[in-house]
Amino acid sequence: MQRSTQVMIETPPKGANVGGDASGFPRRGLSHLRMLEAESIYILREAAAEFSSPVMLYSIGKDSSVMLRLAQKAFFPGRIPFPLLHVDTGYKFPEMIAFRDWYTKSIGAELIVHRNEEAIARGANPVALGTQKCCGLLKTKALLDALQNGGFNAAFGGARRDEEKSRAKERIYSFRDAHGQWDPKNQRPELWNLFNSRIDKNESIRVFPLSNWTELDIWLYILDENIPIVPLYLAKPREVVIRGSSLVLIHSGGEILPGETSQIVNCRMRSLGCVPCTGAIRSDADTLPKVIEEMVSFRRSERENRAIDHDEEGSMELKKREGYF
Amino acid sequence: MASVPVIHESFEQFLQADLGKELLRFTTAGSVDDGKSTLIGRLLYDAKGVYEDQLASVKKSRVNRSSGPIDFSLLTDGLRVEREQGITIDVAYRYFATARRKFIIADTPGHEQYTRNMATGASTASLAVILLDGSKGLLPQTRRHTYIASLLGIPNILVAVNKMDLVGYSEATFLRLRKEFLSLVEPLNFSLVHCVPVSALEGDNIVERSSRTDWYSGQTLLEHLETIPVRAASALPAFRFPIQSVIRPDSVFRGFAGQIAAGTIHPGESVVALPSKQTTRVQSIVTFDGKLDEAAATQSITLKLEDEIDLSRGDMLVSTSRLPAISNRFSASIVWLHEQPLRKDIGYLLKHTTRQVKARVTGISHRIDINTLAKEPASDLPMNGIALVHMETTTPLFFDPYSLNRTTGSFILLDPLSNATVGAGMIREDLTPQQVSNGQPLSATEKASRYGHRPGVFLLPNRASLADAAERALFENGFATITLDGHQIPSAYLASLLASVWSAGLLVLLVIDKPSLRLVHTLKRLAGGSLFDLGLDSDRQNREEIAAHIVSRAQTLRISGAPDQSEKEPAND
Repeated sequence: MQRSTQVMIETPPKGANVGGDASGFPRRGLSHLRMLEAESIYILREAAAEFSSPVMLYSIGKDSSVMLRLAQKAFFPGRIPFPLLHVDTGYKFPEMIAFRDWYTKSIGAELIVHRNEEAIARGANPVALGTQKCCGLLKTKALLDALQNGGFNAAFGGARRDEEKSRAKERIYSFRDAHGQWDPKNQRPELWNLFNSRIDKNESIRVFPLSNWTELDIWLYILDENIPIVPLYLAKPREVVIRGSSLVLIHSGGEILPGETSQIVNCRMRSLGCVPCTGAIRSDADTLPKVIEEMVSFRRSERENRAIDHDEEGSMELKKREGYF
Repeated sequence: MASVPVIHESFEQFLQADLGKELLRFTTAGSVDDGKSTLIGRLLYDAKGVYEDQLASVKKSRVNRSSGPIDFSLLTDGLRVEREQGITIDVAYRYFATARRKFIIADTPGHEQYTRNMATGASTASLAVILLDGSKGLLPQTRRHTYIASLLGIPNILVAVNKMDLVGYSEATFLRLRKEFLSLVEPLNFSLVHCVPVSALEGDNIVERSSRTDWYSGQTLLEHLETIPVRAASALPAFRFPIQSVIRPDSVFRGFAGQIAAGTIHPGESVVALPSKQTTRVQSIVTFDGKLDEAAATQSITLKLEDEIDLSRGDMLVSTSRLPAISNRFSASIVWLHEQPLRKDIGYLLKHTTRQVKARVTGISHRIDINTLAKEPASDLPMNGIALVHMETTTPLFFDPYSLNRTTGSFILLDPLSNATVGAGMIREDLTPQQVSNGQPLSATEKASRYGHRPGVFLLPNRASLADAAERALFENGFATITLDGHQIPSAYLASLLASVWSAGLLVLLVIDKPSLRLVHTLKRLAGGSLFDLGLDSDRQNREEIAAHIVSRAQTLRISGAPDQSEKEPAND
């Protein structure tokens, strides 16, 4: 497969991966990745054709970056025929917001940012409310409101089945009732690549084009495709506090709780979420190949450093039932 | 947290190998009692260990993989939680990789009421791992699993004869179960069947060969998974391209987006647009990564055509040399997925490729008893039922038999009121009387309907007058047949000669003692499930017996009705 050079319209934020750290890497076709790519493009095109009002959930993370590249490919030389939606909790890393604004603009995508301003104004935060309630307000409710406000009846998400046990059972077209809720007992059988897009008024479908990708596939594709990612994924010395078993990144003094002291640690993020709830890991992996090497030797799942999934047994399944991605 | 060592040259080599690896999708079926969770857990865990070892050999710090008292079934915990909570047991997708391949497992529960889940898992798989409990032998569910695998067109079967530890790693037990299983699958047209004696609990022959089965010289389960050919879901060489959407970024560019379902395409090639039957040529194959000189199944591409023709979502571009059936009446095997039974003459929606039409079931030829495989008359079909039906659609579909191509041969049925997915179908044959039209090339369907059977290839060992006996037996049973002596024909010509004879619609008796791997590969691509290797059947000694066997296999190629499988079942333990 031939490759074209990615053209940057503006200067990328400092540290964004724009390739080059894997000098000498062969840029050739990859059989398993190309099969996944073709399948994902097929899914994106199907949903875009079958639903009157689709939207793509854009979380700025590595999976979103891959999904966005696949959308560019699916509709080339046309532009992506649906807007991107970012649900901003107000607690996202500043590097994520900078990257979001630069990258979506550079590829000419339409971006909608939605925040639950009411909850943010009332000071919703995970320390006071607990992560369950905070996520419920700032993510799930914000998402459902944004989908309703926009009249969207299909929403692409970058979730993968290998991320978490309840996701192993997820469909590619995941049906949600009029309240945006997921009923794992009542999922539509999904055979071959034939998806059921039939919905009634106010019902919707979440579409997961990356269902069959693993974390390793995502990283290999980013490497091979030279896809820009948020620099937080690469290791460098950063100011952190150690909270429980997590390393929490500090951007301003206000984030340090009483009794805590910060220190400089060489670290990076394995997944991106909100500052208070997404821990960094100690790492010297400052290039993509090093990140991949580190990842392959990890035994723990990538969500281990996210507090939300630990709150109670099966918490992801509960959140998904309520409408979370 | 260990720090990351310096990147070695060899790590880049490791990544390179990783970039080029293949993808194998397989399905597993079995009940809790078979040790399926333990087997999958063991496979995921040990394969991960292997993968890490492959990496560690670069880093010189071998990971210590314990085979101690780990409960491997915990790794597939999701399903256990489901069982405890008593909610629907569903297909779970699991992923692992070695340096050679990436694997997607569709892990399905094995009870009768989950036929629909097994069918779901099998629909995208090119291999099925069937679990046998070595201490119990073949069970009714073994037959169910293999039948569904065959119904959904899975070419390759891997049998894990599990719990060998409970039978003292007995070779005699393994060989007996192997023999029973091989006779069970004999009528089912699998390309490859391998049996492996394993103990998932103890780890014997899962990843590494076990010293406790020194009588077994074959490959381990993982070795098979890493080397069994990843067969494409299509035995159809002709180009098929269902249109997903029209891409029109401006007034100049007009491209047709889709995923190639079969065949290859090049710029300049002629294609036929369906349903209009207009012919045009491909101007270019457009992708984000540049224009391509060639594209093949299953790539997602955009085609620019030389002429402005009428084409939109749901239409299809196909090769000029071989058109699909264009028909609104066909027979199909149906798996029923919904609590509301299938009923005749009810309006359903049918989704086939990117086309959605109204459809109804006009007749139920018979339903299959999933436990005995007996055919029974039926007027409706309950959930998890399987039947051969006649379908009629309001507008024609462009299809190939499911046995030739999964994408253009499969469909789902939807309930227009509840929106539920209620049925899954595999098209068998066109029921429209063929109209002879001058100038059109003869189709395979026309030839098959003249001879009463589809083409097939039988590989025969070079034994005195065996081919003569076989040819006579086939001839007397009404088959159109030809014998080719593989030892007399230069190997360079053999493949193209076989392709010609195949397209003539004949049953080929190919006499050859040791076919080359290359030839076998070509034959499999050509004939798929209609390739029968008689060299493997060492049990049969006399030529009349072999000839009768060939005739019985040839009966499965008859175009009317289903092969009769109910008479050939071996006794259970």
